[in-house]
Amino acid sequence: MVCQHCNQSKATVHITDTLPEKREQHLCDECAEKAGVIIKQTHHTTNEILKQFIKHKAGLGIGDDLACPKCGLTFKEFQLKGQLGCPHDYVAFAALLTPLIQRAHEGGTHHVGKVPPTADATIKKHTGLLRLRRELQEAIEQENFERAARVRDQIRTMEN
Amino acid sequence: MNIDDLTQSTGEWLRGDGPMSDVVVSSRIRLARNLAEHPFLSTADAVERTEIYRCLSHAIASTAAGADDILVDLETADAVDRSLLVERHLISRQHAAGEGSRGVAISPSESRAVMINEEDHLRLQGLRSGLQLEALWTEINAFDDALSKNLPFAFDRQLGYLTACPTNVGTGIRVSVMLHLPALRLTKEIERVARAAKDLRLAVRGTYGEGTEAVGDLYQVSNQITLGKSEDAIISTFSETIIPNIVGYERTARESLAKHHASQLDDRIWRAFGVLSNARRISSGETQSLLSPVRMGIQMGRFKEFDLATLHELFLYTQSAHLQKLHGRTLDEDQRAVARADYIRKRLA
Repeated sequence: MVCQHCNQSKATVHITDTLPEKREQHLCDECAEKAGVIIKQTHHTTNEILKQFIKHKAGLGIGDDLACPKCGLTFKEFQLKGQLGCPHDYVAFAALLTPLIQRAHEGGTHHVGKVPPTADATIKKHTGLLRLRRELQEAIEQENFERAARVRDQIRTMEN
Repeated sequence: MNIDDLTQSTGEWLRGDGPMSDVVVSSRIRLARNLAEHPFLSTADAVERTEIYRCLSHAIASTAAGADDILVDLETADAVDRSLLVERHLISRQHAAGEGSRGVAISPSESRAVMINEEDHLRLQGLRSGLQLEALWTEINAFDDALSKNLPFAFDRQLGYLTACPTNVGTGIRVSVMLHLPALRLTKEIERVARAAKDLRLAVRGTYGEGTEAVGDLYQVSNQITLGKSEDAIISTFSETIIPNIVGYERTARESLAKHHASQLDDRIWRAFGVLSNARRISSGETQSLLSPVRMGIQMGRFKEFDLATLHELFLYTQSAHLQKLHGRTLDEDQRAVARADYIRKRLA
């Protein structure tokens, strides 16, 4: 398939928009990057990624009117300022923020770090298990089976 | 203790010791935290801002570790004092230039500085000379624990610590290491190192953080990803892989300069010393550029006219706010150029 935009290069990026109406696009790498649909991984800081992403979303006008019921901030205001209005925005704008967060954190979607000492035990366990499973995966990828066995035992202890 | 007392020494980050201090100037760890019950600062009104400031400054003073901290109210502090804190790396430029109720709590040794009402309600920062990330993390983590006992921080089971900007969500951690890389710049390899660092999704910035130039061959390398990795994993990548690699490149470049271009290297060091000890007017930027080869000369054992402690004094006290503090009055740019050159000449006489 040839890129719809330049009609020259091979289309490598295929997008299906569902909002505001269903529409398909097939673009080559270069045209997709120009359109702000994809961002080449190299030489971009997180802030640049954020800006490009926000610009692209802003162009589509998606979620402009969405407002947080707690602080009143609209998604459009967030796009302009780059700052959220309150912790609840992460819930109110979840659908729009999730892809942005994932992109800014190289696919990271779940917190595996520190949990506040006052958090309840189930949260601590949940985060701890996520971290250990990630460690297990890494150990297996590195063929460090001794460490993998150790981590697996830790997971079992925690699960029980 | 107050701000003026701080100027009696060069502070923690310029102590000049610690592991790999020939290349690593300082290590910094910052944690972003917000109170769960309050809006972020972009939507908080003046009353809420003041309430957050009051609550957090009180909470810091109530901890055992923070009891002796110096609390600086930046809303009322004058411009020179605010710049002085930026020059000492205790607050960001944004925080100095900000508006409304805000401040910073500084530990007497200057190894910890907690910014209140910067981009997030709290930015806990630890500073150490040389590469000492693990020790820093232990201290900052314990301080965060102590604060957490009385303060409910905004935290989500999936996303971790919630921050005003989604790029900091998760651990809210930023690990930054300041490196002195004069040989890599001279051998023109710095661009390659910067590109490699960016490929690893690390930020490489100038001396005073985001958007600033690398003055005096000082570069800050920091992580950008805060979600999906634990604090320990982020820190160990820095202290075991990233920083030792860059330090290795810089040391190799220094050895190569000494081996193949010894006369050019010494010429550069001694010319810099010559200008520093004879100039009648000098800008802050030129001073820092000239101190760079001298610092390298001291670290390589090729320059023995003065030691690292003196170099760090020159580095800090020639910056605008420090210079004005020494003089006890405000000086315009023109007066500063003369005062700076006088100070250096006297210090090196």
